[in-house]
Amino acid sequence: MELFIILLIPVIVTFVCIIPVKGYMLSARATIIGSFAVLVVSSSMAFAPGLSAHGGPIAFGGWLFCDGFSALIVLLVSFVGFTASLFSLGYMKRMETEMETEYEPGQFRIYYALYNLFLLSMLAVPIFSNVALVWIAVELTTLLSVFLVGFENSSEALEAAWKYVVLTCMGAAIALVGVLILYWGLRLTGTDQFTWSQLFHAAPKMQPVFLKTAFLFILIGFGTKAGLVPLHTWLPDAHSQAPSPVCALLSGIETTTALYIIIRLVPLMTTISGNMASPWLITFGMISVGTAAFLLIQVKDYKRLFAFSTIEHMGIILVAVGLAGSAANLGAVSQIVAHTITKSFCFFAAGATLLVTGTRDISRVRGLIRTSPAAGAALLVGGFAIAGAPPFAVFVSEFSIIRAGLAAGHYLVIGGLVLFIVIAFCGIMSHINGMVFGIPLEKTAAKPVLPAACKFALAIAVVPVVLFGIYYPHAIHTLMQFAALSMGR
Amino acid sequence: MIQVNALAGGLFILTVFGIVAMRQVIGILRLFVAQSILLAGSACILGYEYSSIHLFVVAGITVFTKAFLIPWLLYHMLTHEIHARREITQVFNIPVSLFISAGLVICSYFMVRPLLNTDPSAFLRVNLPIGVAGLFIGGYAVIARREALPQLFGILTMENGAFLAGACIAPNLPLMAELAAAFDVLIIALVVGLLTRSINKRTGTTLVGRMTRLKEE
Repeated sequence: MELFIILLIPVIVTFVCIIPVKGYMLSARATIIGSFAVLVVSSSMAFAPGLSAHGGPIAFGGWLFCDGFSALIVLLVSFVGFTASLFSLGYMKRMETEMETEYEPGQFRIYYALYNLFLLSMLAVPIFSNVALVWIAVELTTLLSVFLVGFENSSEALEAAWKYVVLTCMGAAIALVGVLILYWGLRLTGTDQFTWSQLFHAAPKMQPVFLKTAFLFILIGFGTKAGLVPLHTWLPDAHSQAPSPVCALLSGIETTTALYIIIRLVPLMTTISGNMASPWLITFGMISVGTAAFLLIQVKDYKRLFAFSTIEHMGIILVAVGLAGSAANLGAVSQIVAHTITKSFCFFAAGATLLVTGTRDISRVRGLIRTSPAAGAALLVGGFAIAGAPPFAVFVSEFSIIRAGLAAGHYLVIGGLVLFIVIAFCGIMSHINGMVFGIPLEKTAAKPVLPAACKFALAIAVVPVVLFGIYYPHAIHTLMQFAALSMGR
Repeated sequence: MIQVNALAGGLFILTVFGIVAMRQVIGILRLFVAQSILLAGSACILGYEYSSIHLFVVAGITVFTKAFLIPWLLYHMLTHEIHARREITQVFNIPVSLFISAGLVICSYFMVRPLLNTDPSAFLRVNLPIGVAGLFIGGYAVIARREALPQLFGILTMENGAFLAGACIAPNLPLMAELAAAFDVLIIALVVGLLTRSINKRTGTTLVGRMTRLKEE
């Protein structure tokens, strides 16, 4: 029943959003209340005693399901959805009054309607049990977010939206063939229900060639959506041109939902002798981390900086999953959690900086801590947290991955990973350092006041970033262990 | 039946090559319609053989959306673009592109061989490698073409290839997925079509190759 409510709330809010009333405050408030309700329901589901690594609530005759891993992803989506809806309120107010382009209230209502539908599609990915339906849900995340990417309607935003659609649709077509091959293999074992749990049980009976081919197609197809190198080129564009709250959703959680599907296939692959998934995951992951680490150094736009850091973190998660073993799996799960909460906070900080300075250019933002202490402090904390400095969540998760890798004897992989993480750290911090400290430029002290809603969103989003760096509450730690268990057999 | 399906498959791969080789948008559009009808024909034959109602529905949706609706929408929304008598810019020239496409076909045959060994059906031998080849060549067309509309046809060719392969490997997958997937294609076309329109309005051209503001230096 919770599963149904989680999907129902965004639908209702979407209908509220498109009611043609004066202004857009109704839709903004409805979105905040709706996403908060989703957060409450999903946390009550995630921390319910009935949930385990391979079991949990089922609804609609098995069409909707939820195990530990799904519950974790749903919780993360709803958390980012809530904080981003708060940030949207302040961001949209500012866009209405002070940006050059003229907006009508109707456009904001459409923004909120799309926002809720986008949230719905991302909630549907982990909740749907039928793999074909999951593919459709992923396709819907693209279709619903593309208008959000192009919302600011500048030529750059349209260029970004175009690249986003073209590349992710290519990925979707490739992934579709993978999904169909998976079904073919499943059918030959005599099973007809195309669900994750059926796949899990039937995998040992399936012929390895089907699993291998399907895995490769799905890795490349959904890897495009997750921003893995070499099909990452859309990601920095789309994630830098979208409005900042949407960036937080795109970068923080949408990429993770694509990875979720790849990770779901990993326990199926371990049934094949000589587990072939690991080398592929580690290779793709290392290439992504390495490329992103070097591209981070040369960026000129601070939203692109965080976008490249997303590619880096997707690579780290993939490497951690590829290392296999319970310790590495737990590291991968905590990296997923840490990346989602930290990256969404980073994009809020970037959005706050954009509101205060009016430019995305790194070289034109100097001495932010003096012109706007709130935005400056947020950017500094975000930079440190995402680069992996203690005492923040990313440090803990990266450390646990490194420790797990060393314990399992993967010295070469871990050596490369540490090198790239250090390079990325230097790249991020040199840019952030110049922006936050440095000597303020004369012209940029124009609008130093942040809207209250943005400050509030920043304050809420920073709590888990700091908390999970020091201590995981028991309930969350249990949930993460369930998720890690469902990555193995 | 097997021979008719093989003929449809052979013509399908020819249209895929044609989409890489065509110099004008209107030609690509016509070839794409032919390609979609061939896909529908193949789906009907397979639907008859496997006695699957789903495939007939897929064929119906394909004819309706890809052979009528999408061409009609593009024709009316982008009349000027469609009829432009200029050549489409490509990264490589056409002989090189065709050579690469031929390589991709061989590659796809190699790729699906282990899968074909598990099932001796004659339909699979035609549809699966050709579908995968369509997927790859469509992907190549997206990368090699530099304008919005030809890129769109590249994506649609990829989808056609995926469904040609899908018709033989998953004929009994419950209808809902295919229905929604085909529906997706329509929305994609709409989204992309609208975007093409607004890109055109903003930048005065649909030449994606000229959109170079967002890149690494």
